[in-house]
Amino acid sequence: MISKFSGLVKTVCMLSLLGISQYAAAEEAAAAVTQTINKGDTAWMIVATVLVILMVIPGLALFYGGMVRAKNMLSVLMQVFIIFSMMALLWAIYGYSVAFTEGNAFFGGLSKVFLKGITPESMAATFSKGAYVPEYLYVAFQLTFAAITPALIIGAFAERVKFSAVLAFMLLWFTFAYLPMAHMVWYWAGPDAYTDAQAGEAAAATAGFLFQKGTLDFAGGTVVHINAGIAGLVGCLMIGKRIGFRKESLAPNSVTMTMIGASLLWVGWFGFNVGSNLEANGLAALVFVNTLLASAAATLSWMCAEWLMRGKPSMLGGASGAIAGLVAITPACGWAGPMGAIGLGLFVGAICFWSVTGLKSKLGYDDSLDAFGVHGIGGMFGAVGTAFVANPALGGTGVWDYVSNGVAEFNLGAQIVSQLWGVGTCIVWSGVVSYLAFKVVDVLIGLRVSEDVEREGLDICEHGETAYHI
Amino acid sequence: MKLITAIVKPFKLDDVREALSELGVSGVTVTEVKGFGRQKGHTELYRGAEYVVDFLPKAKVEVALSDAIVDQAVAVISKAANTGKIGDGKIFVTNLEQVIRIRTGETGEEAL
Repeated sequence: MISKFSGLVKTVCMLSLLGISQYAAAEEAAAAVTQTINKGDTAWMIVATVLVILMVIPGLALFYGGMVRAKNMLSVLMQVFIIFSMMALLWAIYGYSVAFTEGNAFFGGLSKVFLKGITPESMAATFSKGAYVPEYLYVAFQLTFAAITPALIIGAFAERVKFSAVLAFMLLWFTFAYLPMAHMVWYWAGPDAYTDAQAGEAAAATAGFLFQKGTLDFAGGTVVHINAGIAGLVGCLMIGKRIGFRKESLAPNSVTMTMIGASLLWVGWFGFNVGSNLEANGLAALVFVNTLLASAAATLSWMCAEWLMRGKPSMLGGASGAIAGLVAITPACGWAGPMGAIGLGLFVGAICFWSVTGLKSKLGYDDSLDAFGVHGIGGMFGAVGTAFVANPALGGTGVWDYVSNGVAEFNLGAQIVSQLWGVGTCIVWSGVVSYLAFKVVDVLIGLRVSEDVEREGLDICEHGETAYHI
Repeated sequence: MKLITAIVKPFKLDDVREALSELGVSGVTVTEVKGFGRQKGHTELYRGAEYVVDFLPKAKVEVALSDAIVDQAVAVISKAANTGKIGDGKIFVTNLEQVIRIRTGETGEEAL
């Protein structure tokens, strides 16, 4: 999807500068779309990238940290902080190349390892013909996605894993689950390749597996949330329950911290979703409104469900509802209408409330901070829900056809099938990779800390420090 | 000399301190404590996980007094800390053998 200034464009520009036949130049430019970097888009993408970083550190770290016991607070902050740094380097070394260069339908190539060949002049395609952003910025923006996804997983097995095991697992999972999922869903040749039907077909054949299946995932419902949620579920099943699960008090040490973290996630998510539009235009404004409304709707929906079922509306419930809404709107935010976004939010708030209370207690797994319950379940609901809210008949935008340069005819049944391809592929792929990766790490290092360490707390035993001195 | 140990509701602590000051008591020691009695605990609910909290926070007030004002002190503490509801707390009175003021070395009632 990346291209450089073509010789043609340079020629056109030079002709214009020299004042030679403006008319001819314009005609030539229309034949081959002029490729330009817009400063407004670039400025927005810098801000969006920073916002996604804010989601991870400290947003996600505090959101998760507040929910564990005080003796494990730092272990959670530390895992998120270090995973972020580690993934950033892996992304530059080989991640970006494997996810976002042409290869087969599942893995990209190695042509850009160590960011080889990228210069300040390199351009990355957006979703409009001729509109580009600097490739370095695209690398950085996508880096933040690659960094937050593994960090989401740790919520499922917090309070009982070895720090070294977490890092080793993340290295494997990032390489064999995140990178191929990102390639499968997001890699394509870019809009400029779709000049006519024939060229469009040729370009489509180079895209990722799920892109070819027509799976819609605007900002990472599949790549980020289902992917991480499934890894979390496999992890908490393989690692086992915390000592004292359902017997001792495992209450959060600070719902206040969790609320701060949830709020930072909420704010940062505008970078995540709106930034995924890659341009600062009208569609970006729609994504913004959708993200805002879905999360507000899910917050209220979770609160109402909890109030009705459990008698009291809790702050932790409110914060969890906001995150569930953000998860669900993530795949849909570029295709839903505002009322569709509210509908999606209202459903997902109640569904995720059920998944972390009813489903979890029925099946008996110890997903400590509900990485699967919120990101996995919410992600799957959002992925399938995208087919409904994208429907122009329900106020959605429909799907753009880059060959005819108009909105394609919307087929709800076919779109649901495409979405299920995405969900199913992600469940199987992430499930298998996670299982194998946990097995390997278990054999090499061991996943779980000893009973003594778990009782004493990971902060002192694994990191040699304590979060609070009161 | 007597040592009065009063367990009271935390939000009644200021009332107790004021009442003792009016009586002329010049110093008390306060500790934040937890305990259980007839007042039952409560349940907390986090994403469907229910935790019963048995130990409730209370304030423990310790004050050393000469025998002459013990009865009055007990009366004002009882009055100040009373809400009429279960969980108001208890007052324990024990004999005190010796008191020493560390700075001057004074002992007995002089040190109170």
